[in-house]
Amino acid sequence: MHEITLTVNGVVRQASVPARRLLSDCLRHDLGLTGTHVGCEHGVCGCCTVLLDGEPVRSCLTFAVTVDGHDVTTVEGLADPDGTLSPVQRAFAECHGLQCGFCTPGFLCTVTALLRDNPAPSDEEVLEGISGNLCRCTGYQNIVKSVHRAAEIMAEEPWAGAAGSPRVVPEDPRAGEAGDTSR
Amino acid sequence: MKPPPFEYHAPRSLGEALDALAGAGEHGKVLAGGQSLIPLLNMRLVAPAHLVDINRLAELAAVDVEPGGVRVGALARHAAVERSGEVAAAQPLLRQALRLVAHPVIRNRGTVVGSLAHADPAAELPAVLALLKGSIRLARPGAVRDVAAEDFFTGPLESAMDPGELAVSAFFPAPPPRSGTAFREVARRHGDYALAGIAALVALDDEERITSATVACVSLGPVPVLVDVTEAVGHRPPESADWASAARAVQDRIEPEADIHATAAYRRHLAGVLTEQALRDAAREAVGA
Repeated sequence: MHEITLTVNGVVRQASVPARRLLSDCLRHDLGLTGTHVGCEHGVCGCCTVLLDGEPVRSCLTFAVTVDGHDVTTVEGLADPDGTLSPVQRAFAECHGLQCGFCTPGFLCTVTALLRDNPAPSDEEVLEGISGNLCRCTGYQNIVKSVHRAAEIMAEEPWAGAAGSPRVVPEDPRAGEAGDTSR
Repeated sequence: MKPPPFEYHAPRSLGEALDALAGAGEHGKVLAGGQSLIPLLNMRLVAPAHLVDINRLAELAAVDVEPGGVRVGALARHAAVERSGEVAAAQPLLRQALRLVAHPVIRNRGTVVGSLAHADPAAELPAVLALLKGSIRLARPGAVRDVAAEDFFTGPLESAMDPGELAVSAFFPAPPPRSGTAFREVARRHGDYALAGIAALVALDDEERITSATVACVSLGPVPVLVDVTEAVGHRPPESADWASAARAVQDRIEPEADIHATAAYRRHLAGVLTEQALRDAAREAVGA
């Protein structure tokens, strides 16, 4: 067994794992974070995507021991601590970007990083960005809409939290409205 | 779908890694990005007794642009090489090909040298190394050797690497002056393994006539198939080059196989179409170079 320390969603967590423990299983079984879903377990479906040091990776194609000492953000870490959904989460809810929700954690993590690196992606860039995530319900059209909507929300509310990057302390007086989804 | 148990080694230096690999011999396997190895482990298609994890060896993540080309270290991720403007300027084919390697999320973790060491004839990077006549540097305790691409790839998922050796870097030579490159492939879905793919390199003389034209084929044989089509296209300017004859030359050389995704005949057809397209693209780039 290997003693490892991960910073998961800003919290330092320790686990004792065999070397063959996949990061996806470490998060779900050892740390109790079942938001990360496990679909194909060979890197095709994208459900298990998490942010490793801010970059989206397949947690089913990563050993927990390999990332000892690193920073992991899961879908549980995307919302604000007070429960306010992140712009990407809100956009998926608004645009019906999910149905059964199984693939959603992977999409949310992937898109969070995509929009951080490219705040105004073209249709083509969105398709390329989410090409590694499979959804069997939506037919993708609403997911693409959700990504564009999330980009809009982030442009309108630059103070809204973006997980995987240092959170900007709001100085804007309207910051209190960040949780208002009525707009 | 869980990996079988293995002895885990987490070396802190290159020397420790080489010792661990030498000790494990044919029962050892290197873990870099893991984007090919871990699926194989999860599906229990491989079960190495020892896994040597090189992810702590930051020294192997270097990507050096040298006067003669680009040297990529064993831990350099696809994404890092793809995003480097310096690399794209020194050898444009790397970025052209890397954009076709799996999906962006896989490229965040996967490594260039790992793709080469895996030696999958359906993968893009072995074809790039073959086309550019690059090489792979292999190390064992007390010995380092460079193996040319043409000698490195020996069969599907098979290479000239001996048990206990570590591929520490790969060298992609810079393009000759007045030359252009292109990469074209057809896959059932974006990011899937290509049904067929062609990497092309075209060089011109001062009168803008073609002096050399070569292609490397993906998914069209047991190894990346390199075909020199200079004779076929003729010593002519690109606008009057005989691209169709080059396509036929490639179709004559390859030995595509049939599988659930495509017949051999369809792959052969794709090889011809993609050869023409890639050569035209490369020639256009060469004219602008």
